[in-house]
Amino acid sequence: MLRIESVSKIFSKGGINERLALDDVSVTLDEGEFVTVIGGNGAGKSTLLNCISGMYDIEKGRILLDSIDISFMPEYKRSSYIGRVFQDPLKGTAFNMNIEENLAIAYAKGKPRGFGAGLKKSDIRYFRERLFHLGLGLEDRMKHRVGLLSGGQRQALTLLMATIVKPKLLLLDEHTAALDPSTAKKVLQITREIIEKENLCTIMITHNMKDALEFGVRTIMMHEGRIIIDLKGKEREEMTVEKLVKQFSINSGTNLYSDRMLLS
Amino acid sequence: MTAFMFYGTLELGVTYAILALGLYISFRVLDMPDLTVDGSFVTGAAVSAILCLNNHPFWALPASFIAGCFTGTITSLLHTKLKIQMLLAGILSMLALYSINLKIMGGKPNLSLLNKDTMFTVFENAVMKDYAKIIIISGVVVFCLVALFLFLNTKLGFAIRATGNNEYMARAQGVNTDFTKLIGLAISNALVAMSGAILAQYQSFTDIGMGVGMIVIGLASIMMGEVLFGVKSVLRMLIAVALGSVIYRFIIAFALQLGMPPTDLKLASAAIVAIALSIPTLNENFAKLKSRLTVVNVKRRSRTDAED
Repeated sequence: MLRIESVSKIFSKGGINERLALDDVSVTLDEGEFVTVIGGNGAGKSTLLNCISGMYDIEKGRILLDSIDISFMPEYKRSSYIGRVFQDPLKGTAFNMNIEENLAIAYAKGKPRGFGAGLKKSDIRYFRERLFHLGLGLEDRMKHRVGLLSGGQRQALTLLMATIVKPKLLLLDEHTAALDPSTAKKVLQITREIIEKENLCTIMITHNMKDALEFGVRTIMMHEGRIIIDLKGKEREEMTVEKLVKQFSINSGTNLYSDRMLLS
Repeated sequence: MTAFMFYGTLELGVTYAILALGLYISFRVLDMPDLTVDGSFVTGAAVSAILCLNNHPFWALPASFIAGCFTGTITSLLHTKLKIQMLLAGILSMLALYSINLKIMGGKPNLSLLNKDTMFTVFENAVMKDYAKIIIISGVVVFCLVALFLFLNTKLGFAIRATGNNEYMARAQGVNTDFTKLIGLAISNALVAMSGAILAQYQSFTDIGMGVGMIVIGLASIMMGEVLFGVKSVLRMLIAVALGSVIYRFIIAFALQLGMPPTDLKLASAAIVAIALSIPTLNENFAKLKSRLTVVNVKRRSRTDAED
């Protein structure tokens, strides 16, 4: 369970470019809840995720994960509870290491990293099995450098790495935005399978309104660092993209802003 | 090249192989340009010389290792905790070490170990007297190489490699990248210091300026190894780096024999590294030039066709 209590984040505080990126945001996620987040550029979606993951420090408020206060925990420590997939496929893997070595690093999450063997035989068997379930044929290429994989394969692998040790929270930051449409669909499919199978508490940012309403059980819309729409249950089931666009204009006082969101 | 010279070159090459292995950790595994090396090399040599003067030549190796760890630790703390740029952090350490090295050497800019027992003279009366040096140094190199290979395949080793590959990924997977950088730089400088320690006893002489340009020598060895022996796996890369150092020494020896004045040595080393680093760019520019020339030729040809 994730609880965010009136969190604010200010960029370049005191400088001429000072900008309020998160404005007193509060939101609570239940156990195993899958939330999608939409919003235009600069709405604060990624900032919110980066504040949760510890990449940024917050100015105000508290972040609680399973009632542990993680607001001031260093990023690498939070990572033992939080799985992450970035938008950029290059960011999620070690390009010069092979697939099984990458998985081994992820599999050692939360355990001390000492002088034990980096890669055990029994682990390799387990990795092969997990890769097989991705359905991309990666199980036969375990000795290949990750740098040789395509963007979609990397994102699928990163997804597996983020969840191979069950995280308390999975953060997906537009993880299909850099992929071509058919690959994006495939990766989204894998995403859904993993989340449902493991019953993971997930926050997924997307720029595709259709996906936002189709995936998960709750949709949050952000604008200028605030949550302006929070949809769940019946209200969300009846929501369509057109209605959402309209409601956005009413709630935010502006027209729909991002070409990218309208086009996709 | 006489047999005497051949062995001399080989021995030097193997000694510097340890330095090259150390630089491989910082420059290639961690992908961090660590300039501490010019200082930590002398730190190792100074520690080694002082221990020799006090008749403990063999303690020089572990002692220099620890001293080297210390220098690397300082640089990494400057970089990770105080957020000083890596290049500048290395330069600061290098500069500070100059004074510290002088202190270790008792305020003297150079120390002679002539008439003192070194780890090599102990074996002078042994059967294989002529090969004693090369056997001892090679033994140390092989030991370092195997230890390094095993280390890079531990969980911690994986974490260090991941840090050098992609810091974002490492942190997202729960790796404390400040710690992996510290361990990596400590080991890197420990190896460099050990290389200096062996060189000091090998040449029975330590000089405060002997570390100048060690980074360039190490880099040249790494590149030589990469080009000639490939980068396919970690083990192959480690062996390639060690062999690269030996080959680099032979190139220098040949150049000296062909009449290059020894004072031009550093210039030649710098030129070799500059050329090796610029090869990818030069290739690119060459390819661009070539394609441009073809375009021009095609245009010219089509113009003459039209005129006809």
